[in-house]
Amino acid sequence: MTMATASRYAAEYQTIAPALPGQNLPWLQVLRRDALEKFSAQGFPSPREEEWRYTNVSGIEKKLFSPSISLTAGDVNADWLKAYQLQDAWVLVLVNGHFSAELSVLDGLPEAVSVMGMADALAKHPAKLEKYLGKAADQSEHSFIAFNTAWFSDGLFVHVPTKQVLDKPIQLLHIVTGADAMATTRNVIIADEMAEAKLIETYVGKDSAYLTAAVTEVFVGQNTDLTLYKMQSESEKAYHFGGSYIKQARDARFTHHNFAFGGLLARSDIHVDLDHASECELNGLYLGVKRQHIDNHTRINHLKPYAISRELYKGVLDDRARGVFQGRVIVAVDAQKTDSQMNNRNLLLSDDAEADTKPQLEIYADDVKCGHGVTVGQLDEKSIFYLQSRCVDEETARNMLTFAFANEMVDKVKIKGLHDMVLEQVLARFPQEGVNKEWL
Amino acid sequence: MLSIKNLHVSVGDKPILKGINLEIKAGEIHAIMGPNGSGKSTLSHVLSGKEGYTVTEGSATYQGKDLLEMAPEIRAREGVFLAFQYPVEIPGVSNIYLLKAALNSIRKHHGQPEVDAMDFLTLVKEKVRLLEMDEKFLYRAVNEGFSGGEKKRNEILQMAILEPRLCIMDETDSGLDIDALKIVSEGVNSLRSPERSFVMVTHYQRLLDYIKPDFVHVLAHGQIVKSGGADLALELEEKGYSWVEEAAA
Repeated sequence: MTMATASRYAAEYQTIAPALPGQNLPWLQVLRRDALEKFSAQGFPSPREEEWRYTNVSGIEKKLFSPSISLTAGDVNADWLKAYQLQDAWVLVLVNGHFSAELSVLDGLPEAVSVMGMADALAKHPAKLEKYLGKAADQSEHSFIAFNTAWFSDGLFVHVPTKQVLDKPIQLLHIVTGADAMATTRNVIIADEMAEAKLIETYVGKDSAYLTAAVTEVFVGQNTDLTLYKMQSESEKAYHFGGSYIKQARDARFTHHNFAFGGLLARSDIHVDLDHASECELNGLYLGVKRQHIDNHTRINHLKPYAISRELYKGVLDDRARGVFQGRVIVAVDAQKTDSQMNNRNLLLSDDAEADTKPQLEIYADDVKCGHGVTVGQLDEKSIFYLQSRCVDEETARNMLTFAFANEMVDKVKIKGLHDMVLEQVLARFPQEGVNKEWL
Repeated sequence: MLSIKNLHVSVGDKPILKGINLEIKAGEIHAIMGPNGSGKSTLSHVLSGKEGYTVTEGSATYQGKDLLEMAPEIRAREGVFLAFQYPVEIPGVSNIYLLKAALNSIRKHHGQPEVDAMDFLTLVKEKVRLLEMDEKFLYRAVNEGFSGGEKKRNEILQMAILEPRLCIMDETDSGLDIDALKIVSEGVNSLRSPERSFVMVTHYQRLLDYIKPDFVHVLAHGQIVKSGGADLALELEEKGYSWVEEAAA
């Protein structure tokens, strides 16, 4: 079945290919052809593969999602857009996988900073992209990367030059409006040496079944401090496959906040390669209700000595939702003095909810400090009674404790507008009776 | 205030309390003393509504109402306060938020409007000063990372703000050094009033040096085997519990 679907996509590819950006670039043609071959050979991942054992993607094979050839921004309602568009940020908007200059807000962006759609970037900066595109995401190991490389119709390109400090965040807002649409975007973010920037990826869509297949490649230069937020709040019928692949240079700092809220089936892969004395922090919050399946898969490669990684993922699962966390930390033989800590905490709110968690440490060096911890549990009855004895009724106590559990991750967001947006999303998903928004 | 009559309580099939009788009038302080396993904690838990206990016989009437019928939060809103032996840590919920939620629950229960934000802050800060606490505690998560003494002080702070009618203090002195014990005791003493009653559940007489009880009851094998005045506590301290247990047997 997997293969049949793959060949259906492959057959359709020939009609779409001429319209894809960068067709005049020989290196990209080679990359795309290789990706198409890999995807045609492998198809979508199967639960037989270790990295996909908890996540069955056969649901997307029942449909044939169609890539939109060009931008149709006409049906993006301004009010609806406002709910997800941050104030006090530079905003790049993609609709159904195509960059919309019209909807984007880039006033006052420092001239040295390049921010544009991927199709435009391939036309304007082909040499630069040749150096970066496909260099962080390895299409031979993950068939969604291959799928993305072959099909990507557009995406976003950000280049922050050396010593540039951005005083406002850049938001990459991905919107899907069409039923059965396929939004296949490739984003490349480059921050050169000693720069500082905050970027926000938001994935949202109208209430319909569609497919988001996004790949974001991030290059963090030496001594640079980059923070990347991802808030995925897709429609509850949608499929989301989003991969973030990060390469950190020496002494680079990278912080990732992954908020996985939407989608019928949502999978995020976050892979980080750490060079000498670099630091990364991965934070995640996933909320599942109804029949949602939310999978987060992280990999941290300690390649060189003295790097530090910190990871905390928390999940709240209600109804019949299922949450998956697979976290791998790989410490290479050269990576002495590695300091790594990984934690995953799951809160189950119903008997039918499920959490599958699998931390993996693979350590090939001998002088390292690595730890991990995992919990799957329900609300603490002692805490509920304590709150009841302080006049709070049981239902409110449960809501307060659930919210408090999730709020630890929300509180880490220091951008006011984004913090409030994430908070709204959390509150919208769980009963909020008794939970005061002005949480002190 | 509180009238307990022939109270029998079991945990599973095991009887723990076997016929407790106790009358507590407004303004009185009663100390319940007894050795480990005598049922002291069970008594405070049953009165505050903790799950896991079955009342097999008897009654507890609080201000004319059947206390045992009420949900824990209703008891609390009606003015019953349990100061925990081990206050629970609640990460993610700040102290001041819980205080506000609790106070507003009480006001709502009595048909009063929510407390004004400024009045509330003034009230809370005044009580914080009284208990020699750092204001920063208000904005920290409830009891999270607090020392033993700080947790107990926090219980007294809640008590001072919620102004209960009946305070049940479960082993308040456990885990307190002498300085913390003094501060906690002063806090309790400042809350004494003709309208407010205290039940102090304690193993040791130490706490009663600072909070003088009107009555002392000795609990053994699930029954009150001896009652007396404050002097009884001193006698227990001197002789231990064996003589009352033997006398009762």
